Amino acid sequence: MIRKVRSHLTQNEGLIFERSSPGKIGYQLPELDVPAVDAAVTLGAANVRTEIEGFPEVSEVEVVRHFTRLSTWNYAIDLGMYPLGSCTMKYNPRINEAVARIEGLAWAHPYQPESLSQGAMEIVARLEDALCEITGLDAVTLQPAAGAHGELTGILLVHALLETRGNPRKKILVPDSAHGTNPATAALVGYEVQNIPSNDQGMVDLELLARVVDEDTAALMVTNPNTLGVFESNIVQAAEILHARGGMIYMDGANMNALVGVARPGDFGVDVMHINLHKTFSTPHGGGGPGGGPVAVAKHLEPFLPVPRLKRLKDALTWDYDRPQSIGKVKAFYGNFGVMVRALAYILAHGGPGLRNATVDAVLNANYIRHKLRAYYDLPYDRPNMHEVVFSDDRQAAKGVRTGDIAKRLIDYGFHPYTVSFPLIVHGALMIEPTETEGKGELDLFIDAMISIAKEVDETPDQVRTAPHMTRTTRVDEVTAARKPVLRWK
Amino acid sequence: MLAACGLSSADELFSQIPEAARLKRPLGLAPGISEYEIVDYFKAQAAKNANGYASFLGAGIYNHYRPVVVDTVVSRGEFLTSYTPYQSEISQGTLMTIFEFQTMVCQLTGMDVANASMYDGSTAVPEAAMMAERITGRHKTVIARSAHPEYREVLNTYARNEGMAVEECGYDAATGQLDFADLERKLDKQTACVIIQSPNFFGVVEDARRAAEMAHAVGALLVFTFTEAASLGILEPPRDADIVAGELQSYAISPSYGGPFCGIMAAKEKYVRQLPGRLVGETKDSRGDRAFCLTLATREQHIRREKATSNICTNQALIALMATVFMELYGKQGLRELAEQNLAKAHYLGGKIKPLFSGPYFNEFAAVASAPVEAINERLLENKIIGGLPLGKYYPELGNAVLLCATEMTKRADMDALAEIFNA
Repeated sequence: MIRKVRSHLTQNEGLIFERSSPGKIGYQLPELDVPAVDAAVTLGAANVRTEIEGFPEVSEVEVVRHFTRLSTWNYAIDLGMYPLGSCTMKYNPRINEAVARIEGLAWAHPYQPESLSQGAMEIVARLEDALCEITGLDAVTLQPAAGAHGELTGILLVHALLETRGNPRKKILVPDSAHGTNPATAALVGYEVQNIPSNDQGMVDLELLARVVDEDTAALMVTNPNTLGVFESNIVQAAEILHARGGMIYMDGANMNALVGVARPGDFGVDVMHINLHKTFSTPHGGGGPGGGPVAVAKHLEPFLPVPRLKRLKDALTWDYDRPQSIGKVKAFYGNFGVMVRALAYILAHGGPGLRNATVDAVLNANYIRHKLRAYYDLPYDRPNMHEVVFSDDRQAAKGVRTGDIAKRLIDYGFHPYTVSFPLIVHGALMIEPTETEGKGELDLFIDAMISIAKEVDETPDQVRTAPHMTRTTRVDEVTAARKPVLRWK
Repeated sequence: MLAACGLSSADELFSQIPEAARLKRPLGLAPGISEYEIVDYFKAQAAKNANGYASFLGAGIYNHYRPVVVDTVVSRGEFLTSYTPYQSEISQGTLMTIFEFQTMVCQLTGMDVANASMYDGSTAVPEAAMMAERITGRHKTVIARSAHPEYREVLNTYARNEGMAVEECGYDAATGQLDFADLERKLDKQTACVIIQSPNFFGVVEDARRAAEMAHAVGALLVFTFTEAASLGILEPPRDADIVAGELQSYAISPSYGGPFCGIMAAKEKYVRQLPGRLVGETKDSRGDRAFCLTLATREQHIRREKATSNICTNQALIALMATVFMELYGKQGLRELAEQNLAKAHYLGGKIKPLFSGPYFNEFAAVASAPVEAINERLLENKIIGGLPLGKYYPELGNAVLLCATEMTKRADMDALAEIFNA
């Protein structure tokens, strides 16, 4: 039975270009307090465009209605649980938005004098320190713009260190359970990617690892907890294998929210890792960014971090560009500062004990879901999990219903789908991550929905196969979209 | 809930973590603080930054007015707290705004296709260079020295490990524009692309058509970048470029000490399958109604893994939404008027302080002061004015020059005050 939602009216809305009519405006500029100039004269007639062809002309109220109507066509955390595994869709506290908009922060220019930037620099320094403590690593750069960008930075650091030791090496090992960004990143830095199969527990296979790690191996990229939501219990030994042969452990920190306050990568042998501020530290996903992808490193990688580095002088902070071994810049300026402000606000609000509590609640929520749903969905790797749990659609597939169908039916029940068909090592995966911000009430609604769908699969499988039924947009023809791409209005 | 899990204590949740890997003490971070204390902390930090100064800094980040409606829209939880729109049925709002964004980026740049955004301009440039490598099968990039120094640094970082050779092309000491004779020397059959910025770092408008002709003559592509999107309201778009990779910070994105911003990537139609990042396409749903979805995903890392066009995943959707709202509010007429105001302000300033270069400029220009620039900037600070960016750090040959920027937010009285101290 569907308990969380019922249908209501949503407004129709076309593309803004279809609403446009000549002469309408939605802006105001002050009167010029200097003489106007003739563009054709100052810029040269050949450099001046006639008009921006096709550009919209609408009023302010039309713009507000346009976006307000469109917004109601979206699902959002603010509407309910968003159980996307690996994506960590937790509540985004609004205080973080408020402080990021304080004028002295939001309007700080990165080239304004350091003497007039000390507050911004203090925020950067404080966040760096907190992330060092949380990861157990020695230094942090906040320059990377997102997780994948952090991965790139991390692998560049590995490459740079190995190069100074005489050989940057040729290959990077990536478990078959890894996020797609891991192999894509390794390839971007020019490394050969060697995919390594997981063992029957879905974990890094130590025997295999000992065989494949050689003098050509730069690093193992490992996600911990892995994408099954299980802690890689052999991580200490895996690190020993890599280190004994001069290689390094890169940890994909996408799942760091399962470890904060409980275990620290620096303590279990990780050399370098990225953190997703938009996952673990609650900065909003915003429909796909902006993110923040800080990279934390052990001491031996510190000299190679991107320039500039924040340096504490006796009575002030300064940006230090004199870093001869640095890999250079991975992004202009100092990183996504606005995202850093939000992440630091989250850390200050929670404090050390609160951050650990968040981890405990996230792990408890995921285990609660595992226990409540195990009677209805197949658990290919049946063991205690951390922050997320992965089922398979084995039982439902027998009735011709796949994970993607169940996900779409979940929409009718008022939830965003879980992550579908990932990790690749689970056939027909349902990857569910509740995060700590869901209370028991919302979790039980979700569990009821999943159980109800399991019953529908037995009784009325077509209803699931053709879902969603309640949305204003039904299943979308993605095949035609890709075959005959229409990527802009004309 | 613990009982439902068959556990008697929360600590048992972590029994799978080996003893050696566990943190056996509390985190060394102070206990949490209240909302009021958090506001207080950040206000105290903000107070240590520049407040109440007139500023003439540009150099890739510009002070433009942010209409109130922009925050009204991006503060809606349905945009702020949603994920990447993979589930089309419940993401049509985000998908349609991205489709409009892609369309307007094409209209502004004169390109056929644009993606959903890049991290920023500085990272869009190396992505464009790598795209040119894939298209041409060549591995040399020539970039104008008049392009943003930080963009060039980022390109070098990417290139170093990717097997891309980067050469820089000088600028004309009189005009501040690309030195075409030097470009001629740098171009050869190994060149994948030429990267120019316009208006360039000195604020000077480049001749993109000529650069494109020269690049095309050796089978290379022209990559066009820009940092000042306000210029697109009045400048001829780079129709002759093959790829445009730039920065929309000027469109209602606050400077925020350097980020988050909104990079763009646009190209000619024939290169669409080599574009990195996300693309939204129009299609129909099963009822035959108009619908949008992410498309051409076979270029991307979550499908192609190590064979993807890029490793980019999360990009800048919410910031791109700010720019989208801005573009729709200003519209055709507004972007033009905004550009004209910037042009007028900068040329008023240029009438008081002589520009170093003779090339046409939009809203910033280099100038040489009579006294050492540090001393002048100190004096300006005493008068609550942040002066221009000293250029010597990036271009030693320009010694005592500064880069001065004026936008629609710059007041005449402040320009008069600046000129008086600058020319003293």
